[in-house]
Amino acid sequence: MKTDLYNIFDTEWVPVGDWIEATLKYVVENIRYIFQAIKVPFDLVLRGFEGALTGAPDLLIYAIILLVAWQAGGRRIALIAGASMLAIGLMGAWEPAMTSLSIVLTCVIFCALIGIPLGIYAARSDRFWLILRPILDLMQTIPSFVYLVPVVMLFSIGNVSGVIVTFIYALPPVVRLTNLGIRQVRPDMVEAARAFGASRRQTLLKIELPLAAPTIMAGLNQTIMMALAMSVVSSMISVTGLGQMVLRGIGRLDMGIATVGGLGIVCLAVMIDRVSQSFGVSARDRGHRKWYETGPVGAFYRPLAKFRHAAK
Amino acid sequence: MSDPQIECRALWKIYGKRQVEAMRAVQERSLSKEEVRDEYGCVLGVRNVSFSVERGEIFCIMGLSGSGKSTLVRHINRLIDPTSGEIHVAGARVDRMGETELRQLRAEKIGMVFQHMALWPHRTLAENAAFGLEVRDLSPPKRRAAAEKALAAMGLEGWADHYPDQLSGGMQQRVGLARALAADPEILLMDEPFSALDPLIRRQLQDQFLDLSTKLKKTTVFITHDLDEAIRMGGHIAIMNDGEIVQIGTPEEIVTRPSDDYVREFVKGISRIGLVRAETIMTPLDGRQATPKTISTGSRLDAVIDLFLSDQQPLTVIDPLGSAVGQITITDALRALRG
Ligand SMILES: Nc1ncnc2c1ncn2[C@@H]1O[C@H](COP(=O)(O)OP(=O)(O)O)[C@@H](O)[C@H]1O
Ligand SMILES: [Mg+2]
Repeated sequence: MKTDLYNIFDTEWVPVGDWIEATLKYVVENIRYIFQAIKVPFDLVLRGFEGALTGAPDLLIYAIILLVAWQAGGRRIALIAGASMLAIGLMGAWEPAMTSLSIVLTCVIFCALIGIPLGIYAARSDRFWLILRPILDLMQTIPSFVYLVPVVMLFSIGNVSGVIVTFIYALPPVVRLTNLGIRQVRPDMVEAARAFGASRRQTLLKIELPLAAPTIMAGLNQTIMMALAMSVVSSMISVTGLGQMVLRGIGRLDMGIATVGGLGIVCLAVMIDRVSQSFGVSARDRGHRKWYETGPVGAFYRPLAKFRHAAK
Repeated sequence: MSDPQIECRALWKIYGKRQVEAMRAVQERSLSKEEVRDEYGCVLGVRNVSFSVERGEIFCIMGLSGSGKSTLVRHINRLIDPTSGEIHVAGARVDRMGETELRQLRAEKIGMVFQHMALWPHRTLAENAAFGLEVRDLSPPKRRAAAEKALAAMGLEGWADHYPDQLSGGMQQRVGLARALAADPEILLMDEPFSALDPLIRRQLQDQFLDLSTKLKKTTVFITHDLDEAIRMGGHIAIMNDGEIVQIGTPEEIVTRPSDDYVREFVKGISRIGLVRAETIMTPLDGRQATPKTISTGSRLDAVIDLFLSDQQPLTVIDPLGSAVGQITITDALRALRG
């Protein structure tokens, strides 16, 4: 092969693409079963949510969303959530919205389950954080289209693969903000816990995590928003839901269906954002009322408490 | 007769990776704090400190900020591991304890109060006070009872279900004290407990603590950067400078015989009138005639001056057995007053 010095960098000197392809081919041929096993828990949770959210009567789900919003953030949040979900319902996008919601919820559960422990460990060990940080940066900066292909090859297409793609994309904020939240706890709070005989575990559960909770919740909120933002991209690997409506609209140049899908995503985002943000408000900012003293639960609990008080 | 409850022997603490190396170097070449930092990148926290605290006494550690007081006191419950040296608490070797033993010691025997209160904002006052009992898995009713008792002892009845941010600074530190007392420990460690408070509130809390202390008789290590406060607390005072204890003594010894310029600087503004005793300023009789006016040993300078107010005849100092041991002239008294 003659080297053309003028266009020297048109030749592929280091065949990164070939390497990746070879590796992937090897993985797919030999250890695909590992990835199929990883799919199982995602599949179970997703099917549970999807079955419940799309199977139950629409109005029942609507009422449950309202109650959860009321409990989390009071009447104002309930009103916002109610309006957003009503808009989705009236546009006829309820069913795909429920599918999107179940994908987001599944993704959040796994992000929390894996991201929070990672964040805690990162806060404990500077070395681990040093290794983890570039990986998180990579996960956030690599365009998500790039890992659609390997995910499809390893996990095949469909909603579960969609959850996995979304999981990879949306995991970093929980880890980052858990790490930050724990590191930001005032050192003398932790020292005081140790001084009164708490073990590492007790210090974590009773002092550090509660004090870091608002920050961790902010991370989860970001994760949720990113998960929702992924819904259009992931519809390219035939994930159903609102994203698919948008993609279908684009494919057929059907502005109507694309707009309904887009608006549906916005409304869903508003609802989830407000509700999840309210979960993050600390008891201190709620005037030191316990969660069971407010919202619909409070409406039942308060008379009950009064009754028990009177009985004494 | 001496019954030390806390004892530290040849305690060293150097912060940093090369602490053992650095300690050897300090011992062999007697490096200063700055030299250790420049040569080894380590911070000298505590330098060869030995002291003992008697059961039931209030032992003050005083020094400028950065002199190693906090570091030293954290060795007693081993929140900080020593580089070398022995720590004895209630007959046990704290420096050799394992994790479980240590946690038990901290939860049962030692209560601690912090400069910036360090109350947990997400817990009620009762939950704050009962934390030491909670980590030991006591039942909730027992915890509650102990917390309420401790809060009541600090004058906070009825506040149990409030949160720290609903309280003023002075009240918060009373919760800090209640938390330290809730498990009824034998030992109290107080790291500048009143330094962050207004002078007026500080005075109130000092009095309240002294009151409580005479009742409870806890062995207390009290840290302060204020010699006045150290003197009010009574007991013994250890003065620290750059990680070393430069002098240990009673308030009177510190005030009348400061060991170096560092201590002298602290002592300068301190009033001697309630501290200095008659036998400290008297001169031996040496055959002089005993005067009719007498004062007993142990009387303080203020009593001496009261006697000189009526007439200026020299005073004869008599010991508890009634024999004359010395004489004080008005010149002696004035000299003592000036310092
Ligand atoms: N964790 C630490 N790491 C390194 N140096 C420390 C640490 N804690 C305290 N020091 C240093 O040790 C010295 C003594 O500090 P400290 O015990 O807090 O003094 P004090 O309580 O008398 O103000 C200071 O020079 C301080 O900078
Ligand atoms: Mg200090």
